[in-house]
Amino acid sequence: MFEIFGIPSQALFGQLLLGLINGSFYALLSLGLAVIFGMLDIINFTHGAQYMMGAFAAYLLLHHIGIGYWEALVIAPIVIGLTGVLIERLFLKHLRKLDPLYGLLLTFGLGLVIEGLFRNYYGSSGLPYQVPEALQGGRNLGFMFLPNYRAWVIVLSLVVCFSTWFAIERTRLGSYLRAATENPVLVRAFGINVPRMVTLTYGFGVGLAALAGVMAAPIYNVSPQMGSDLIIVVFAVVVIGGMGSIMGAILTGFALGIVEGLTKVFYPEASNTVIFVIMAIVLLIRPAGLFGRSA
Amino acid sequence: MERVIEPPVLARHRETNWSLTAAFVVMVAVFAIAPFVLYPVFLMKALCFSLFACAFNLLIGYVGLISFGHAMFFGWASYVTAYAAKSWGWPPELAIIGGTAAAAVLGIVAGSLAIRRQGIYFAMITLALAQMLYFFALQAKFTGGEDGIQGVPRGHLFRIFDLSNEMTMYFFILVVFLAGFLLIYRIINSPFGEVLKAIRENEQRAISLGYKTERYKLVAFVLSATLAGLAGSLNSLVFQLASLTDVHWSMSGDVVLMTLLGGLGTVFGPVAGAFLVIAMQNYLAPFGQWVLVIQGVIFVVCVLLFRRGIVGELAQVLRVQL
Repeated sequence: MFEIFGIPSQALFGQLLLGLINGSFYALLSLGLAVIFGMLDIINFTHGAQYMMGAFAAYLLLHHIGIGYWEALVIAPIVIGLTGVLIERLFLKHLRKLDPLYGLLLTFGLGLVIEGLFRNYYGSSGLPYQVPEALQGGRNLGFMFLPNYRAWVIVLSLVVCFSTWFAIERTRLGSYLRAATENPVLVRAFGINVPRMVTLTYGFGVGLAALAGVMAAPIYNVSPQMGSDLIIVVFAVVVIGGMGSIMGAILTGFALGIVEGLTKVFYPEASNTVIFVIMAIVLLIRPAGLFGRSA
Repeated sequence: MERVIEPPVLARHRETNWSLTAAFVVMVAVFAIAPFVLYPVFLMKALCFSLFACAFNLLIGYVGLISFGHAMFFGWASYVTAYAAKSWGWPPELAIIGGTAAAAVLGIVAGSLAIRRQGIYFAMITLALAQMLYFFALQAKFTGGEDGIQGVPRGHLFRIFDLSNEMTMYFFILVVFLAGFLLIYRIINSPFGEVLKAIRENEQRAISLGYKTERYKLVAFVLSATLAGLAGSLNSLVFQLASLTDVHWSMSGDVVLMTLLGGLGTVFGPVAGAFLVIAMQNYLAPFGQWVLVIQGVIFVVCVLLFRRGIVGELAQVLRVQL
């Protein structure tokens, strides 16, 4: 045990780890928002509810069908992603030619419906979800104790984030996607089914949110309002990063998680608000966001 | 790209203003009789939220800016008024002015940050700023944290009118509401209001005509924040309570819903929307979380089918301005 700036190393690294965990979720969620925004030009206010649905899917799979964490990690994002496809087909499709603010109002409403339904059936208190057996326990690194599950969350989230970045920035499919973001009409003229791509993009973004939800289930309690508080912070993250770049969303997410963790060590009173304060400062200095292109 | 709101067909013609006058007379008459028929506290709450929604509508309906954080002005003013009336013993008129002024100052700060971005970013920024205030209210000493400020005295207005009498309180609220309502009407029909509408329709054009649109937007934002604060101040005296509910994001969502349901950019829409939503919250309260579900469904239905809102559709059918 040693001290850094008068803070015991355990406390400092413990909070840094928590910050990285939060950062993983910020990154996954803001990545999903950025992907959706790129194709659909809307801010998906349902994102928090979809993250919550992911966590609930894992909980329900375990307690009603006996399907464990590892399968849920695959099944939940697919199922919730499919509900996203449905939402796009049923509702968002009709808003394409309207002001993007209507998309915002609609997704906000959908978020209320989903949260209300879950609160109705599961109440407001959190439901526990066990850490999978293989990842229980932890190891002592000398300067801190590292629970295995938390290390796994950080690694998985990094892998998912960078695969998504790779898929969008470095593959042929990704190039279609970026092209359709720039000029959908021209891409359609080349014989690419852009509406289907839009639908699948929304489904994918929603799936990312659900995946984050499954990963969060063993750390935080599974509860209907777990998404709505988190998503507001993620919006601030998105404003700070700017939605112009996929990598920007990932880096901003992790960085802000760490900053939040450090704030918890040095000035705990501000840990809830530090991200919003940073948002205000960024707006003053660089209104387009750190990685954003000015609108 | 379509405009944020779809103005009623005849909105531009001055000669149709008789419909506004008639509707205003009907509204005043209804509100004058209502407390003898309905529960005054319900009506007072609905009036406070009507003013809140009208203030919000000033921004979305006439400038095209959607704020998802208007609860911060409502709630902040309600805290300041409650604290001034309870801890400093200020008379109600001063406490209300104090709360409203506090909302105005907050409006200047939040507005000068938020108008740096447009569209959905504006919505996210206002939401985030409001959440910041929520956490502040949760931790600060003077707000009473989870308990809020309870048992706020209503006091004597101008040392004459005893506001603990429900009827006196009701007519005081009604007078302030009508004053706020007329002020907003005056603003949107002033040369200043015409510039706001020009910005809503085509900001680039307004800039090229030499208008400093940033400044206009900020003034509109501050006016909207101030009036939302006035509504919050009144609300805290009606319920003798300022609490975290007033600054929570769901409160910001409620006022968006009221305005959308009534009709964005209509004169009477926010009032109708506020009464409907408050009535719904009131009568459906026993059904618990279903209220949230129903509110969400109304959002979806309004966006997909009734983008003009109830009053907007009515105005469309009658081919008048409302």
